[in-house]
Amino acid sequence: MATMELTKPQKVADAIKPPVTSIGIIGWMRVNLFDGWFNSILSLIVLYLLSMTLPSFIKWAFINSSWFTTSDQCKAGSGACWSVITANIRFITFGFYPHQLQWRPLLAMIILVLLLFFSQNRKHWRKSLAYAWLLGLFSMGLLLKGGLGLEVVDSDNWGGLPLTLLLSVFGLTAAYPIGVMLALGRQSRMPIIKSFSVVYIELIRGVPLISMLFMSSVVFPLFLPEGVTLNKILRAQVAIILFTAAYIAEVVRGGLQGMNKGQYEAAESLGLNYFQAMRLIILPQALKIVIPPSMGILISAFKDTSLVVIIALYDLLKTTQTTLSDPKWMGFSAEAYFFVALVYFVCCYAMSNYSRRLEKELDTGH
Amino acid sequence: MAHFQRIVPAVVVAFCLTAGVAISGTLDAVKTKGFVQTGVNSDLFGFGKPDEKGVWKGLDIDTARAIAAAIFGDAEKVKFTPLTTKTRFTALQSGEIDVLTRNATQTLSRDTDLGLDFVQVNYYDGQGFLIPNKLGVKSAKELDGASVCVLPGTTTEQNVADYFRVNKMKMNPVVIENNAELAKAFFAGRCDCLTSDASQLAGIRAVAPNPADYTILPEIISKEPLAPAVRHGDNQWKDVVNYVVLAMIEAEELGITSKNVDEMMTSTNPAVMRFLGVTPGNGKSLGLDEKWAYNIVKQVGNYSEVFERNVGVNTPLMLKRGLNALWNNGGLMYSPPFK
Repeated sequence: MATMELTKPQKVADAIKPPVTSIGIIGWMRVNLFDGWFNSILSLIVLYLLSMTLPSFIKWAFINSSWFTTSDQCKAGSGACWSVITANIRFITFGFYPHQLQWRPLLAMIILVLLLFFSQNRKHWRKSLAYAWLLGLFSMGLLLKGGLGLEVVDSDNWGGLPLTLLLSVFGLTAAYPIGVMLALGRQSRMPIIKSFSVVYIELIRGVPLISMLFMSSVVFPLFLPEGVTLNKILRAQVAIILFTAAYIAEVVRGGLQGMNKGQYEAAESLGLNYFQAMRLIILPQALKIVIPPSMGILISAFKDTSLVVIIALYDLLKTTQTTLSDPKWMGFSAEAYFFVALVYFVCCYAMSNYSRRLEKELDTGH
Repeated sequence: MAHFQRIVPAVVVAFCLTAGVAISGTLDAVKTKGFVQTGVNSDLFGFGKPDEKGVWKGLDIDTARAIAAAIFGDAEKVKFTPLTTKTRFTALQSGEIDVLTRNATQTLSRDTDLGLDFVQVNYYDGQGFLIPNKLGVKSAKELDGASVCVLPGTTTEQNVADYFRVNKMKMNPVVIENNAELAKAFFAGRCDCLTSDASQLAGIRAVAPNPADYTILPEIISKEPLAPAVRHGDNQWKDVVNYVVLAMIEAEELGITSKNVDEMMTSTNPAVMRFLGVTPGNGKSLGLDEKWAYNIVKQVGNYSEVFERNVGVNTPLMLKRGLNALWNNGGLMYSPPFK
C-alpha cells in the first residue's frame, strides 16, 4: 500500500498537459507570428502579400511551365520556360569547351566539390588531406588542359561554371594568406615593409576591380615584349587575388587590433619570438574574431568573379547572356537569370553556412 | 567620360607607336603563330555568336574564317576573342587581336584618332526604328517626345540623338546594355520605340510575343558601313584582309560558289583563272599561297552564300540583300578587278 501511495502523485503529474494553445502548430504560431498586436499585424500583412504572389508564382514556375520543349512551344505556353536552361545547359555550364570532351570539366568539378566537402570537417585536416589536394589539383589541371594522352584543350576555350569555380576557389584560397601577410606587414615596425603594405593596400582598395581586370588584360600586354603572351585566365586570376588580398588584409588588421594588448605582452614574456608569437598566440585568436567579416569579403569576391566578362572570359553569367542573345530564346531572360541566381545562391549559402559552423566549433568562450 | 574615351585610346596608340608592338609584319607574326586572333561580337545573332554547342556562327565569323583560309588554307585556324563595344578598339590597338571583325561602323574619327584602318565593308547597314502599331505613328518624324530604347556606347546612340535634334524633336533615351534586355524592355512597354541597326530590327521583331503588332518605320536615319578593321600602318596586313573580303564579293560576281569551285578550276575565263590562281600572280603579290582565293570559296563560300547562311531571308533575321547586293544588282558590293 505504501508504495501505491508513493507512485500515485507522479501519475497525476504526468496526466496534466500544457494547454493546447501553447504547443504544436498553434503554440508555435502564437509565439512566433502573433506575439503582441504589432507582430500580429505584420504577420497578417506578410501572409496577405504571400497569398497574393505565391500562387501565381507557383503557377508560373511549376504548373504551367515547360521544361523540355522547343522555344516555339514555350512561346505558346503561359508559364515559365525552363527549356531555355535545359536546351542550352551544356553551353551555359561549359562555354566553348569542345562538346565531346565536356565530361572532363564535369569530372574536374566533381573532384573539386568532393575535396571541398571533405575538407569542411576539421577532423580531416591531416597530412593525407594535403596529399589528396595535391593529387586532386593535378588531376583537375590534367582534365581541363589535357596532356598525358588526353586531347589538349586551349585555355581560351574554358568557360562557364568550371571557370567561375576555378577563379573563385583559387582566387580566394590564394588571397587569404597574402591578405594575412599584408595585415601583419601593416602592423610591422619595419618601415619598408610597413610602407609597402600600406601603399599596396590603399592603392588596390582605391581602384575598382573592373579597372584592374581591364589593366591586366589590355594594358599589361603592352609592356610585354612582342610575341610574349601570358595566359588570359592567369592574368584575371592574379588580378582577382591581388584585389581580394587587399580587402582581406584590412579585415585581418581589424582582428589584430581588436586583440587585447595583454596577449602580445604575454607572448613576449614567454620569450617567444615574433613568428612564434604570431603563429601560436596572436593569429589563431585574431583570425577567429574575423571569421564573419572575412566570409563577407570572400562571398562578395566570389560574386565579383562575374566581372571577368569585361575581358571576354566566359563565366557562368556570360554564357547565360550569350544564350539569351539567340532570337529563339531572347524572351526568356527571367528564367535564365533565375537559374544563375540559384547557382550563385547555393555556393554563397554553403560558404556562409560553413563560416557559422566554424565559428561555433572554434568558440572557446573568450 | 568623353575625355576619358579619347585619352585612353590615344595613350594606348602612343604606346603602340613607341614600342612598335605588332605594328610591323602582322602577316608574318600570324603565320608564325599559326592562327589568326580575331575580335568578334558574341551576342549578335547573324554576325557573331556561338550556337548551343559553342560553335561560332555569323557573317563576321565567316569573314574571319575566310582570312584564315586565305593564309593557312584552313578556315579553322582562327581564334575568337569576344569583345564588347567598349573593349573592341582597345583590344586591336594593344595587339591582343590581329583583326577586328565585329560589326564596327567605319567612321572618320575611328579611322584617324583611334589609329585603325577599315577595309572593304562586309555589310552595309543603317539605323531604323521599331514601333508598336498601337503607337499610331507612320513616320519617324512623328516621334516627338518619345522614349527611345537604345544600346549605349555605339554610333546608334549618337545617331538617334542627332536625328531628334536636327528635326527639333525631344527624346527620352532609355539606355540598356544588351540586346536581349533591350528587346525585352521594349516589348514590356518601357519605351515607345526601339532604335537599332536595321539588320537587327527584323530579328528583334521576330522574338516579340506577337510580331504582327510591331512595325519597322521606313526611315533609315544613318549610314552604317560595317567593316573589318586592322591597326593603322601595316599595309601588307591590311591588303590581305581587304582582299579576302573582296574575294568573296568577286567570287559571287564570277559565279564561283563553294559547290562549283572545283569545276571552275578548269574554266577558260581569264578572270576566273587569275582569281583561282590557275594563272599565278595574285597570291605572290599578297604574300599568300596562289590558291588563297580558291580556299576561301571552297571552305567558306562566296559573299552570297555567307550572307544567305547567316542573315538571309531563311534565317530568323529575314534580311533581303538590299544595299548588300552586287553592284550589277542594284547594291553597293563592288570589287576591283583581280589582276
